[in-house]
Parts: sequence; C-alpha cells; structure tokens
Amino acid sequence: MLIFVGLGLWDVEDISLKGLKTVKDADEVYAEFYTSKISTSVEDMERFFGREIRVLERSDLEERSSILVDRAREGDVVILVPGDPMVATTHSAIRLEAEKRGVKTRIIHGASITSAVCGLTGLHNYRFGKSATVSWHTSKTPVDVINANREIDAHTLLFLDLHPEPMKIKDAVEKLSEVDAKVTELFGVGIARAGSNEVVVKCDRLSELRKYNFGEPLHILVVLAKTLHFMECECLMEFASAPSEIGEMVR
Amino acid sequence: MARAKKIDKIKELMWKPEYIRNMGIVAHIDHGKTTLSDNLLAGAGMISEELAGQQLYLDFDEQEQERGITINAANVSMVHEYEGKEYLINLIDTPGHVDFGGDVTRAMRAVDGVIVVVDAVEGVMPQTETVLRQALKENVKPTLFVNKVDRLIRELELTPQQMQERLVKVITEVNKLIKAMRPDKYSEWRIDVADGSVAFGSALYNWAVSVPAQKVTGIGFKEVYEYLKEGKVKELAKKSPLYRVVLDMVIRHLPSPIEAQRERIGVIWKGDINSEVGQAMVRCDPKGPIALMITKIVVEPQAGEIAVGRLFSGTLKPGQELFIVDRKSKNRIQTVGLYMGPRRVEVDEVPAGNIVALIGLRDAVAGSTCSNIEDFTPFESIKHYSEPVVTMAIEAKNPRDLPKLIEVLRKIAKEDPTLHITLNEETGEHLISGMGELHLEVKVERIRRDYNLEVITSPPIVVFRETVTATSPVVEGKSPNKHNRFYILVEPLPEKVIQLFKEGEVDMKMDKKERRRKLQEAGLTGEEAAGAEEYFEGNLFCDVTKGIQYLNETMELILEGFREAMRAGPLAREPCMGIKVKLVDCKLHEDAVHRGPAQVIPAVRSAIFAAILQAQPTLLEPYQKVFITVPQEMMGAVTREIQGRRGQVLEMKTEGDMVTVIAKAPVKEMFGFAGAIRGATSGKAIWSTEHAGFEIVPQNLLNDFVMEVRKRKGLKLEIPKPEDFVGL
Repeated sequence: MLIFVGLGLWDVEDISLKGLKTVKDADEVYAEFYTSKISTSVEDMERFFGREIRVLERSDLEERSSILVDRAREGDVVILVPGDPMVATTHSAIRLEAEKRGVKTRIIHGASITSAVCGLTGLHNYRFGKSATVSWHTSKTPVDVINANREIDAHTLLFLDLHPEPMKIKDAVEKLSEVDAKVTELFGVGIARAGSNEVVVKCDRLSELRKYNFGEPLHILVVLAKTLHFMECECLMEFASAPSEIGEMVR
Repeated sequence: MARAKKIDKIKELMWKPEYIRNMGIVAHIDHGKTTLSDNLLAGAGMISEELAGQQLYLDFDEQEQERGITINAANVSMVHEYEGKEYLINLIDTPGHVDFGGDVTRAMRAVDGVIVVVDAVEGVMPQTETVLRQALKENVKPTLFVNKVDRLIRELELTPQQMQERLVKVITEVNKLIKAMRPDKYSEWRIDVADGSVAFGSALYNWAVSVPAQKVTGIGFKEVYEYLKEGKVKELAKKSPLYRVVLDMVIRHLPSPIEAQRERIGVIWKGDINSEVGQAMVRCDPKGPIALMITKIVVEPQAGEIAVGRLFSGTLKPGQELFIVDRKSKNRIQTVGLYMGPRRVEVDEVPAGNIVALIGLRDAVAGSTCSNIEDFTPFESIKHYSEPVVTMAIEAKNPRDLPKLIEVLRKIAKEDPTLHITLNEETGEHLISGMGELHLEVKVERIRRDYNLEVITSPPIVVFRETVTATSPVVEGKSPNKHNRFYILVEPLPEKVIQLFKEGEVDMKMDKKERRRKLQEAGLTGEEAAGAEEYFEGNLFCDVTKGIQYLNETMELILEGFREAMRAGPLAREPCMGIKVKLVDCKLHEDAVHRGPAQVIPAVRSAIFAAILQAQPTLLEPYQKVFITVPQEMMGAVTREIQGRRGQVLEMKTEGDMVTVIAKAPVKEMFGFAGAIRGATSGKAIWSTEHAGFEIVPQNLLNDFVMEVRKRKGLKLEIPKPEDFVGL
C-alpha cells in the first residue's frame, strides 16, 4: 500500500497518532520537502520515529513515480508530506497512478495551513475564494485571482513560493506590485511560522505589511475581501493588531 | 594636414551631417577592394601614398595579408574636398568572401551607400551579386567602380571599341540586378555613365576616370588608352587621380545621413516612426533620444573591447548610461571616439549621423541596439543570409590553458556573431561552428596568433538539420507533475514562409494583420497565420487554440520548450529546420507554481520530439555551389572530382580555352577539396564556393549519418522512439 502521511504544520510533533503508528509499522519511509517544509531536521525525525527516512526529489515523485508504486506493491510505503498531503494537488498524480495500476492507497491527514489560517486570523472559512501561489517567476495569476475573489467579496489565500528559497511577505508584496501597483492599497493579513510558539499574525494594508518585520519563513498571506463580517473584524483587531480603519469594512 | 589639425577638422565636420558620407565597399574576392580603400585613404592624406597599393592598410590582421583577403570589417574615415567644401567620409571595409557573410550584412546597416568594385576582366561574379543584393535589400544606394581597366589593354589587348563594349556589359549586368531587386528605386539608382555614378580605373596604379571628371581633367577613355599604350601610368595617376574621381563620385551620388535616414529608418527599424524617437531618427537629430546600432566589436590590445556602431539619433558622451536593449542590461560609456584614417581618436562627444567607437558597452555584441530609452524597439534582428554549417571541436594543447581558451572563445564569438560556441555536455569539448571550413580555419589561426594560445582542433564536421516530411498525429505531452497537458502536432513548414522571415519581410514585431496576410499568402492556413507566435531558426510555432485561461502567461515557457526542441532535435540532437509546430489544445493547472518552467518546458519539448518522430523525420545537409575555372583539357579531372563527392555538375561555360564548371555538392563531401583539386589540376584551377542551402540527405545514407552524429556525441546508437518521450 502507498500511504501518504501528513506531517502537519510546524515540527515533527504535529503528526497525528495514527500517522506516527503508521510510520513505525511501515516497510519503507520516504519524505518530500519540496511542496513545503517543517522545522525538524531529517536526522531528528529519524531519531523521533526510530526509522530511516529517504528524502525524495521532485523527479522521484514525478518522472520516476513508477519505482515508488512498484515498491508499494511489495509492502507498505509511507511518504511523509508536510501539512495535509493532497492540498498541494501534485501528489494526486502518483496516487492516481498507483490505484490505476492496482496498488491501494491511503491518506492520513495532517493539519493544513489552509485551515490554520482561519484559526489564526478569525477569518471565516466560508468566505475564501480561489487561492493562488505568488511565485518568483512573475505571473499575473495571483493578481487576477485577488480581483476575481474581490468581485464575489471573498478573501484570497496566497501561498508563497519555496524555490529557490522561501519567499517572505515583503517579497510577495513586491511581486504583486510588479503586476499591479494598486494591489498594495488593499488590506491583508500576514502570517509567519504558523503552528510554532512564535507565530506572528498582522493585519494592515499590503504596503504596510511589506515593511513589517515578520521574521523567519515560512510566511503566508491573505488578501481581504471587500467587506468583513463583524466577527472577522473583531478577531483581526484582537489577534492581528489590525488598524481601526478596517472597522469601515464591516458590512 | 597635421594630425592635430585633422582631428579638429573631423570634429568640426561630425556636426554637419549634410557633409558626411557613410559608405562601404563591396566586391568579389580579389577584385581590388582593399587596394581601392588604401588608395582612397592615401589620397585623402591619411596614409603615405607610396605605401598604398603595396601595404594593404585595411588588412591589418597579419593573417588577412597572408591570405590576401579582407576578413574583418574595419572602420576608417577621411576628409575630402569637393567643389570647395570639405566632407567627412566614413568607410567601412567589408569582407568579400561569403564565408563571412554576417560581417557584410552588419556593415550594410551602418552605411548609406556602397561602391561596388568589379574587375573589368572577370566582370560581375557570383559574390559580387550576393553582396550587391545584400546592399540593395538594406536600402543602400550603389555606385560602381570598374577596376583593373588597364588589364583590358595590357593583357587582353582590346581596342578602345572592344574595351567600351566590355565596360558597358558590366554596367548592364549591375543595372539588371538593381532593376530586379529594387524596381521601385531603379530610375533613381540606375548606374549611368553620363551622370558619373560609375568610375573606371585601376586601384593599384592609382588612376580613375568618369564622365564628370573628364570635364575638369580632360582625361577620357581615348586619353587613358594612349597613356597606357605609352606606359605613362604615373602621369595618368597625376592627371586623373583615383581618390579624387572616386571620392567625388561618392559625395555626388551617395546620400548624406540626413537624406538617407529620412528614407531608411522605416526599412531598418520597425518601431513607431511617428514616435518622438522615430522622428528624431528620421531627422538625424543630435538633440533626440539616443538610437545606436552596434555593427562590430573590435578588440584593441590596450583599450580592450571597442563597440563600433552607427548613431542614428542623439549625441553620445562619456559617462552616459545606455540600455543594451537586446541584452536587457545597462552599461556606462567610458570613452567616445571617431576614426581618423585607421586610428581611433577619443573626442568629447559625437552627434547623430556618425560612425562611433565606444568603450564601456561591455554587454553589447555586433547587432546590439543601444538607447537611453529602456523600451526602445530594437533594430530588427540583423538578417543573416548564411547559417552555420560547419563545426569543429577545439581544445587547449595544454590543459592548464582551458580557462584562457574559454575566455578567448567568448571574445571571438562576441566579435563575430556568425560564430557559435557550444559546450558538448557529454564530452566536455568546446565546439565552434561557422559558415564554412575557411571561416573556422581563419578563427583558429587567430586564436593561435593573436592570443598566443596553442590549440588542437578536430577535422571539420558538417552540421545537419533535422526536419520532417509528413504531418504527425496530435501528440499529448504531460508535464512531469501530470497536472498540465499539451496537445501538439508537427508538419513541414513551407519554404516560402521561411523565406519571408529570413528576408525580414515578416517578423514578430510587425503589424499583426499584415503578418497574417503575408503568412497566409505563403501557404499557412488563416488559423495558423493568426496564431504564429514565434519564428526560431527556420521553424515556426503556431498557437491555434482558442480562449484557454492562463495560456497567455504560460506562452513564454511553451516557447522556451519549443526553442529547446528546435536547438537540438530528437534524431541526433542536431538543430531543427523547416518544422511547423502547432499547439492544438492544452490544459493548465489553476495555480502558476504548478505550471512553472520545470513543468511546461519539458512537457512541450517531449511532445514535440514524439511528434517529430511520427512525422517521417529526416536530416538535411548543407550544400555548396562550386565555381571552378580550368583550362579545357582538365575538365575531365574536375568533373571526376565533383562526381566523386556526390556532386552534380549544373553548368559549363567555355570562354576561350578556359572552361568554368558550376557544380553543386554537399559540404560534408567538400572537406579537403582545396588540396584535391590542386592535385588534380596541377594547381591550375581557380575556384570559389557559395552556400547553396540545405537538401534532404539520400534515404540510403540517413541511418549512417544519424548514427555517425550520435556516436560522436556519445548518444545511444539507436534512433529514439516516440514512447521514449511520451507515455503512449
């Protein structure tokens, strides 16, 4: 069986009990850290699980995916994935390939940033539109998505590129403003190191967030909808030191 | 004139564009171009008169002197007085051998007029035609100098009557070309004895005559005949000196930058002619924005790399920052210079209309566009009439010299963009590719001599092109993450379409509707013509999809995949040519990070490879036209030599007891021809070659050729299958 185990948000202790048990019982344990990262080193994880972990390159999961599928036919193969395994969409390809070739698959979920954002900011899960990634490679898509979401009065969750290095909020605002400078006038919430003890959550205009010191990555960014529910507004004031002007956004 | 005074004169004239002529001299090899240049320089007091005619001044490459051909275009300028007024004449010397076609075309961009030199005995030769065509194409006005007229009398012993007939024949042939190439300009540009747009003479013996000059000097054909018969050449040269007659002709008939730019900007620049900078160029305005085209990079031992170019608008000064538009970079000018005779002299500033020499533009290459406007439309990419067809591996004799070799190769590639330097990833060898065997030999000699670097080279190898002869099925290419799919087919690209792009009739910057119309006329469907996205070295990419979201911002990556595939095809990793790639449909991931370069480029490239392999792929090989003149009794030896090289005799012309054989043969078989023909004819053959395009290799040799290349490149010794690239 090919088993995807979510590692959750921050460090190795974010794995679920079921996940932990599965790792300990597996025949082979692999991990990938190109869709996201966690703060624990591979050596520490190996010590924690008492298992050898082989780190996969992107090409192992893409071009050479058939090798992993073949191993999973022989025994239980675990692939450790930061967050919740299928959120980054990319692993659906190997899961599909496995099932099509008669190899069973299973997912053991972990906490995902997509839900953690709701918790940390108080923004309502119901009010998010499409999400997008701000990549180092300039793309118009994130700005288009922000605009389309605002048309339907929805928030936009922006993932920040990891390669060749994790992007910070200030870089992301810079990238967005390269496409459309007006974006920086919008309100957003920046989040750094979700799941850790030093989480930072700050709401302000993007032009202000660009100057704010969020500290080390990983960072993520939400661009707010045109309006806020009154509860969202109160939470942002309380949890994200939002400026009082956002009160005007309450519908 | 003393040196300091001369500099002052040039500095004064550079501000008066109506008194400037920017010209070139073009000719078939050995028709006397360099001798003419030198004697013009000497006449204008730029070098000593005794030296000219013996010491070929423009041939300052030692190697060029040995070979007796001018290899690299060099710039010189001179001051000449005509009807009481002084003029500044910038002369760009251009190579005559087609192996160096790139240099010729580039020089044509910088000049407004040319002197076509034709040997009176040999008449218009194939290469005269090639270079004259290049000039006409770039809207450069020609004048004619018929050289070596003395040979008609001394060697051929023609009567004055026969001599005139001969000369008229040369003029008629040149006019025929002008009429065919530029019917619109014919009435204005026609070479006419009466108006003095042609001069006759001997560059070596320093005399010339023309109808307008005759009115002043009293020396006409009759007198020339008498002087020569009596052996009074020196006197003839005194009475009717070459430089005066020819430079007078240049000033009278070639346009000043003011006149030329009014007409030529629309031909050589595709930006908005009504924009501020467009109008500034049309007016040759020194106060306008800077518009500079680099035509050549030369290396001076002391000063380093010098960028030489034509300034169409604005004024250049040291310290200015210029955008190298095509390189997307910005450099600061350190010094600004002009040429005085063959020497570069630094000045405070240089205004529009001049040929300038700049230090500091380290990112510029021959063909670069420079401006102080960042989004300045580059001068259309310079059209090359010949493509690299021959390659050799090069390595340093002493492995310790490898870093130096890399540096030297970078430099010579910068000086000559027709030279391609690549690294063979498998073997770690450096490969240099160029226009012919001679072209590469010359460059290697230069590395040995100028850079004092001992190198070892492999025998020359021909560069094939990969192409298709049928339409492939639609192939599905998946990105490595499987979240993006591209549906692609390939088929042969009509020759006419390639021609349009090559000749600059169509490019990706022109008006879309106009492009669509021309492409459709050349054989594309309306949908393909409208969807043409990129032309790359003889191949075209057409997007025929409709309304696909995010395709726009993914297109650049798709095109990169296309270019990668075209740079090295699936059969033998040789460049592709004559392939039309059609994107029929595609499905993209919602998020940009999942359709980045690492996903899109390999997906598109593999799909193209799999499609090519299903479209009856084959190789094209370069051909040469060979012109061989031998005594009649040796004709048999010549035809045997040609036929033994898969060649084909096209035509034979007999003239007296000599015969000229015109043949066509694959370049691959022509290596070592020089030695073989010398042996076969006891050195009596005079021969030249010309690039004759590409042809499909014989079917029975295809597999051998593919394997030969694959073996050399260290690839698997089998032709790949479509399923090697896409899961079928």
